[in-house]
Amino acid sequence: MSDTLVLSHPSLDDPKVFSVHQEQTGIEEEWFKSAQQEAWDRYTELPYPVRTNEKWRFANVKHFTNTGSYRTAAQADEDTAHLVEESHRLDKVAGRIILADDALAAPVELDEDLRKKGVIFMPLFDAIRKHPELVREYFMKQSPELGSEKFEALHLALLRNGVFLYVPDNLEIEAPFMAYNWAVADKAALFPHTLFVTGTNAKASLVEFQEAAHKETEHFIIANAHLYAGDGAKPSHTIVQNWNAKTLSFQLNTNNAQRDTNAKSTLINVGSSHARQEVHGKIFGSGSNVEMYALNVPTGSQEIDQRTLQTHIAPNSRSDLLFKNALIDQSRTIFSGLIIVEENAQQTDAYQTNNNLMLSPDAEANSLPGLEIKANDVKCSHGATTGNMDDAEMFYFLARGIPKKKAIELMVFGYFEEIIGKLDNEQLANYVRELVQHKFTD
Amino acid sequence: MSTTPDINVERDVGDFHYETDYEFDAGVGLNEKTIDYIVDVKGEDDWVREFRKKALKIFQDKPNPTHWASKDIENINYDNIRYYLSKGQRPSRSWDEVPDDVKETFERLGIPEKERAFLAGVEAQFDSEASYSNMKEELAKEGVIFVGSTEGLKEHPEIFKKFFGKVIPTGDNKFSALNSAVFSGGSFIYIPPGVKVKQPLQAYFRINAENFGQFERTLIIADEGAEVTYMEGCTAPKFETTTLHSAVVELVALKGAKIQYITVQNWSANVFNMVTKRGLAMDDAEIKWIDCNIGSRLTMKYPGVIMRGPGARGEVLSIALAHDGQHQDTGSKMIHAADNTTSNIISKSISIGEGRSTYRGVVSIPRQLKGCKNNTECDALLINTNSRTDTYPAITVKGNQSTVQHEASVSKVSAEQIFYMMQRGLPEGDAMSLAVNGFVNDLIREFPMEYSVELKRLIDLEMEGSVG
Repeated sequence: MSDTLVLSHPSLDDPKVFSVHQEQTGIEEEWFKSAQQEAWDRYTELPYPVRTNEKWRFANVKHFTNTGSYRTAAQADEDTAHLVEESHRLDKVAGRIILADDALAAPVELDEDLRKKGVIFMPLFDAIRKHPELVREYFMKQSPELGSEKFEALHLALLRNGVFLYVPDNLEIEAPFMAYNWAVADKAALFPHTLFVTGTNAKASLVEFQEAAHKETEHFIIANAHLYAGDGAKPSHTIVQNWNAKTLSFQLNTNNAQRDTNAKSTLINVGSSHARQEVHGKIFGSGSNVEMYALNVPTGSQEIDQRTLQTHIAPNSRSDLLFKNALIDQSRTIFSGLIIVEENAQQTDAYQTNNNLMLSPDAEANSLPGLEIKANDVKCSHGATTGNMDDAEMFYFLARGIPKKKAIELMVFGYFEEIIGKLDNEQLANYVRELVQHKFTD
Repeated sequence: MSTTPDINVERDVGDFHYETDYEFDAGVGLNEKTIDYIVDVKGEDDWVREFRKKALKIFQDKPNPTHWASKDIENINYDNIRYYLSKGQRPSRSWDEVPDDVKETFERLGIPEKERAFLAGVEAQFDSEASYSNMKEELAKEGVIFVGSTEGLKEHPEIFKKFFGKVIPTGDNKFSALNSAVFSGGSFIYIPPGVKVKQPLQAYFRINAENFGQFERTLIIADEGAEVTYMEGCTAPKFETTTLHSAVVELVALKGAKIQYITVQNWSANVFNMVTKRGLAMDDAEIKWIDCNIGSRLTMKYPGVIMRGPGARGEVLSIALAHDGQHQDTGSKMIHAADNTTSNIISKSISIGEGRSTYRGVVSIPRQLKGCKNNTECDALLINTNSRTDTYPAITVKGNQSTVQHEASVSKVSAEQIFYMMQRGLPEGDAMSLAVNGFVNDLIREFPMEYSVELKRLIDLEMEGSVG
């Protein structure tokens, strides 16, 4: 690596990393600069997580404490044109933003008609300059509060772009907005940030693809995504996490629902060597329905560590969580979920389910489904199951001459259809089916 | 349904206190001298003295587990507690020899009466030592041993030393270390191979003194093919100051043996009840904990079974009732360590007023094992708007040849149910009691007859006045 590269792309353990970052972002808004400075101070003060912390129970913390050698702002020297070419997973879209190593790789696309109607869809840093009031109202106002405070601070301190989507009141958009995040340079530390705001009675969906340009490069990624649903809004947010198998990744999300919303978030996990994901669904208003889904197919020695919170602050709302894992090879999963029903949240319906399908003798699934209920007039339940294929179903396949391997594949498909069926875009659903199939053939 | 006002708890069953002169008193606070005093008074061997002192060191070094447990445990003031109080170390074999003031306590609690009626043996512990211990003669002839911990270690070391502190190591947690340092009383039971004890053995634990800590230690060994049921009850008068009860109970069920351990805990609401209970089940053995928690200020108790031998079975049936100012933090720990082991956990809790009940569980199939199964069901019933319940299970499964399922639900007594019963002329309070009894009924049926009747009555009393 050349000296100039080392100077302009310092590693995370270089004391100059933050000052170099501040020079490079070129952002002048004082509130944002000081927010990054405070976050940096917080990051350096906060301790690394330890396993005795309940929020890190069962986790392999050592993978996340050895990240000093990753380089910030390590921008791809290579041509990213082929990545732009590939960023066409869906045909009919409302807009598209493509970021490679946290930098815009192609001009932003946005349906002209929607632009005229007031939709804002642009890189986060452009939004900070052009719509400072709007961004400030929501930016980093909520936190998952699930244990990754140090990494959340690092994300805020060093983030240098992201995606901002704002859908104004009463506008309903069927075609999805697309965000592509590519990891390109070896040893890059990336901090993708998504802010998705839907106004009163607005409806929209955002689909994010997280991918790596190469198989052998190593990355450290702390992504954040925050969804704000105004009264009566119907947002849907899907993240297809497909970083390469040498990536350590964080995904720290919040879903914030006001009154009468229908908010849905779905995580599809196929990539990363270790993925730590935190999702906090907060329900501030009555009459809302917040759904949180995840489909996870870890193979090899992949580890997927997911922590979730469903917090009911207002009465008379509903939340439903379904996280499904199929574990192959020596993979490992942790699901730790908690439903909190606050004192005033009477008439709450809250559900939480974690299913683990064990497909290998070496796989390990940990499940911690929790409830904290402080109101009495509620319907709450959680369930967790861990097991293998149903013998009777398998017999049925074999008796009809379907080989065992194919039968397992088909049954896994059936198992995941419950999640895939929730995706409202048929092309996306097919793409996810392909991704799952790849995990079996690789 | 109308709003539900505060409830007046009737808890006077055990709430009485007699002035008692103690001959032996280790004083207030805990240090090496306390341990020397206990060892000297009991006339224990040097290895016990060492065992206790090592445990004291571990206790002092271990922090409170507040990173997951209730902060209330910080309110236990170990320097204010009396660790050993007794009138003597030899329990009487007949009630006539029990000192009058002690006998009066147990008579009022109905122990001698129950013994005549349906028990195979009884031990009655008053503060630190058993004041009465007796077992039917024919059991002794069959080789059954039913003695206190002191006597067990002294008279039968070849049987008890092998498993003493092995199921629950001293350093398992802060409170097992404390118990290991200052244990006194409790039962040591050995059932020889093939002996099936038909009637239950019972221990009754009574705390009489204020600022007192009771640390009984129980070890039950059921040899191959043996069967035994053990029941314990506990009460204490209500003092203004806090009282600590920290027991360690170890069960060993050898090949094909069955142990059933029943607890009805009705401590007064000033007692911290920090109990470690665990069983070791060898090949095809079965250990069943039936656990009912009604009393205490804070209970932390997670009866566990380590299924060491193939085909072993573990079961926990748990009922908890948390009232104003009470926190019942109970649950279970099931460790599957051999093929084809099965476990079942059924937990029902009821939170009344500002009471809080918590289910905390561990189910672990840590290695590649075949044919292991666990089923867990936790149901919580919330009576008042400010009642609280939590569920914190942790399930680990390795491999693809085992099955685990966990289900939990939270509900309240439905307005329809109450309305239906009131339509038919039942007062609202009775309707509420019926609904709550219905909620726990299928579990209560698992208790022996005499207990289930008493439990139903206790729940009736607790529910009295809970609706208006």
